[in-house]
Amino acid sequence: MDNVATLGTAAHEHAHDHAHEELGFWRKYVFSQDHKVIGIQYAFTSLLFLLFGFGLMMVMRYQLAYPGSPIPLIGNWLGSANAPGGIMLPEFYNQLGAMHGTIMVFLGVVPLAVGGFGNFVMPLQIGAPDMAFPKLNMMSYWVYFVGGVVMLVSFFMTGGAAQSGWTSYPPLAVISPGQTMWLIGMIFLITSSLLGSVNFIVTIVQLRARGLTWMRLPFFVWAQFVTSFLLLLAFPPLEAAGVMQLMDRVAGTSFFMPSGLVVSNQVATSLTGVATGAVGSGGGNPLLWQHLFWFLAHPEVYVLILPAMGIVSEVIANNTRKPLWGYRALVYSVGFLGFMSFIVWAHHMFMTGMGTTMSAFFQTTTMIISIPSVVILTALLLSLWGASIRFTTPMLFALAFLPMFGIGGLTGLPLGLAPSDIHLHDTYYVIGHFHYVVAPGTIFALFAGIYYWFPKATGRQMNELLGRIHFWGSFVCINLVFAPMLIQGLGGMNRRLYDGGMQYALNADLLKWNVVIGMAAWTLGLFQLPFIINFIMSIKWGKPVDNNPWEATTLEWSAPSPPGHGNFLTEPVVYRGPYEYSVPGAAQDFTPQFEPERA
Amino acid sequence: MLNYLGLPIAASEHAGEIDHMISLVHWLMLLMFVGWGLFFIYVLFRFRKGANPRADYVGAKGKLSKGTEIAIVVAEVVLLVGYAIPAWARRVQQFPAESEATVVRVIAEQFAWNIHYPGADGRFGRTDINRVSSENPIGLDRTDPDAKDDLTTINQLTLPVDRPVLVHLSSKDVIHSFGLFEMRVKQDAVPGLDMPVWFIPNRIGDYEIACSQLCGLGHYRMRGFINVKSEADYRAFLAEEAKFLTQ
Repeated sequence: MDNVATLGTAAHEHAHDHAHEELGFWRKYVFSQDHKVIGIQYAFTSLLFLLFGFGLMMVMRYQLAYPGSPIPLIGNWLGSANAPGGIMLPEFYNQLGAMHGTIMVFLGVVPLAVGGFGNFVMPLQIGAPDMAFPKLNMMSYWVYFVGGVVMLVSFFMTGGAAQSGWTSYPPLAVISPGQTMWLIGMIFLITSSLLGSVNFIVTIVQLRARGLTWMRLPFFVWAQFVTSFLLLLAFPPLEAAGVMQLMDRVAGTSFFMPSGLVVSNQVATSLTGVATGAVGSGGGNPLLWQHLFWFLAHPEVYVLILPAMGIVSEVIANNTRKPLWGYRALVYSVGFLGFMSFIVWAHHMFMTGMGTTMSAFFQTTTMIISIPSVVILTALLLSLWGASIRFTTPMLFALAFLPMFGIGGLTGLPLGLAPSDIHLHDTYYVIGHFHYVVAPGTIFALFAGIYYWFPKATGRQMNELLGRIHFWGSFVCINLVFAPMLIQGLGGMNRRLYDGGMQYALNADLLKWNVVIGMAAWTLGLFQLPFIINFIMSIKWGKPVDNNPWEATTLEWSAPSPPGHGNFLTEPVVYRGPYEYSVPGAAQDFTPQFEPERA
Repeated sequence: MLNYLGLPIAASEHAGEIDHMISLVHWLMLLMFVGWGLFFIYVLFRFRKGANPRADYVGAKGKLSKGTEIAIVVAEVVLLVGYAIPAWARRVQQFPAESEATVVRVIAEQFAWNIHYPGADGRFGRTDINRVSSENPIGLDRTDPDAKDDLTTINQLTLPVDRPVLVHLSSKDVIHSFGLFEMRVKQDAVPGLDMPVWFIPNRIGDYEIACSQLCGLGHYRMRGFINVKSEADYRAFLAEEAKFLTQ
């Protein structure tokens, strides 16, 4: 514990000479090494990407609701190569689809959940003056930023952005335009995540405050800890696979390209390979990519959901004014979830041709992984029993997370069982399922986190009325977006169709939902305006708050709002578990971790 | 439950068991969701600040949650062992004998389904990628004796009713997916692999083949048709097609 104590003292001294050491604008706000500034940089950037990614979908939804009609407002700005006369081309639709997925996952949700909240909140919650490797932390953000720029620029290259889905299955991805930029961008993004995850693990292991034992860690820190291991262990295979696919495109290798391909009735040879981006010598296996991709991308689902569960747990404990129910069960479940998430990946691949043994294995692991999720959801639900619930804006979002994630999890069951997946695979049922997990699930949790920690980051509170409008509008609209997709999927409507499925007689009765979904999506867009206004206005004009406006118990609330460089004014010491609310006999209904025992 | 799920009509023998499973899983989902939902709404109301100004440090007691979790585990084991694993094994292990089945090759390409029948001799002719052209999309070598009576169509798969169908599925270029919603059949067509698919159509009628894996800009219009005919009509169809060969 010696080094921890030293760091704590260093923070103490640091806080004192803060006034003497003035960093210039660039070092302080742009190339900052302070975890809080980096966290806020991540949060701003990823929120902008989330808005942009959502914007892509709002454009796509117009084409799906009214196939072949000129897109209003922005149709003429999209360029004649993408939308001549404002009417979207199928190539462009596929670009929007691939980039929507890529941006939402790799540039939006993960950077906000891990880079934003993890960076800002985690060191404060463990009583650390900063991350263990501040320069690495800065580098992680800037590598992410470059990756994002590469992805955005790809829209303006000849042939446009990537258009083979966010999953980028070869051979299609290897022979389609736009993919080179996507791969380069992904290599940056993966590198950024790896830098971040190493930093998180070291920080949580090494820099916890005196008295902060593992079983006293806030659940949010546990969630970030497991998430970091997922990133660290799952991303390298995709980084390797990304380089391999890039070589298939630019150097004529054929890791993923089988022999004997005939594209547009032309035999693809190694000579055409380098010139056209078509296949090299052959002998590769397209399914190898899928295994490497999903070996990352399934743990990635948990990278999306675990930090969200962490945020929801913090907000629920605070607003129920009682300890979380089954803290230990939560911790063990999140660890088990993390482990299991590495051995379920091929349930995305049942339709590639899988024998009984393999499919039995992956169906079984998929059913097993549902159990810790059920335990976590049950623990959070039971935490409400005996509570004194304050319906604040963060609490509304955190509460909504529970049934929304519930629907997302439950709709995973028929997809996780191979025979029922035969009917549902690659239909809108899948889209509905994972969006319930990620959009009204994770993104609602992220909103809860923004409303909850905004006062810590800015010293001001966001407006409650605008928050409530934002919540109720979003809650209603987002369900009108995703619930009809489950109906469409059961009816047999495929995903990724440029015309919304109007070719197929089977879809005749399902097309009307495309209009409903479109309307709901655009209204959902409008209901983000109160949030944007609230967010920007509150930075300057929000109600000023003290250190602990929510009367919370965890360490971040002992630091000033906003915390200065080095975070804490005195060395934080932890005396008890994270959620000591409504302790019998205590004077007030919260007993913070940092409050010394009374004699 | 099936009436509410809005599944397409079932036109193959094994469709019933898949639908039954989908329906069972949805019952389980509904039960869990309604159970949790009622509890959730009750606690939100019962334990709101106004009704319960002082929270209880201990909170929920009792073993109900353990019981629920065990019940869910049991239900999942039953689904897995009783339904999913055996049903899947029937799809991927118990293929019909070629002698008793209608055997066809389906070769996917951007953005069409090429159908290849072996003809009267029951043997597929040789194909060669160097013979592929727009007139001969599967590169069939007509000089091969086995190929003389082979029939090919584009986007039209005609099958006899009530007889096992064995499809040899492959792709020329990228990954496609052979999706027959009414037959409850789906299998990716992966270039370089020859995947067997089987089912028994049991309902005469016209259905669609939907490409179910993004395969490029024309993916949305990569639609084929299946015509399931009576045995007699199927023979008539083969005879009709064979006439074109002699010309």
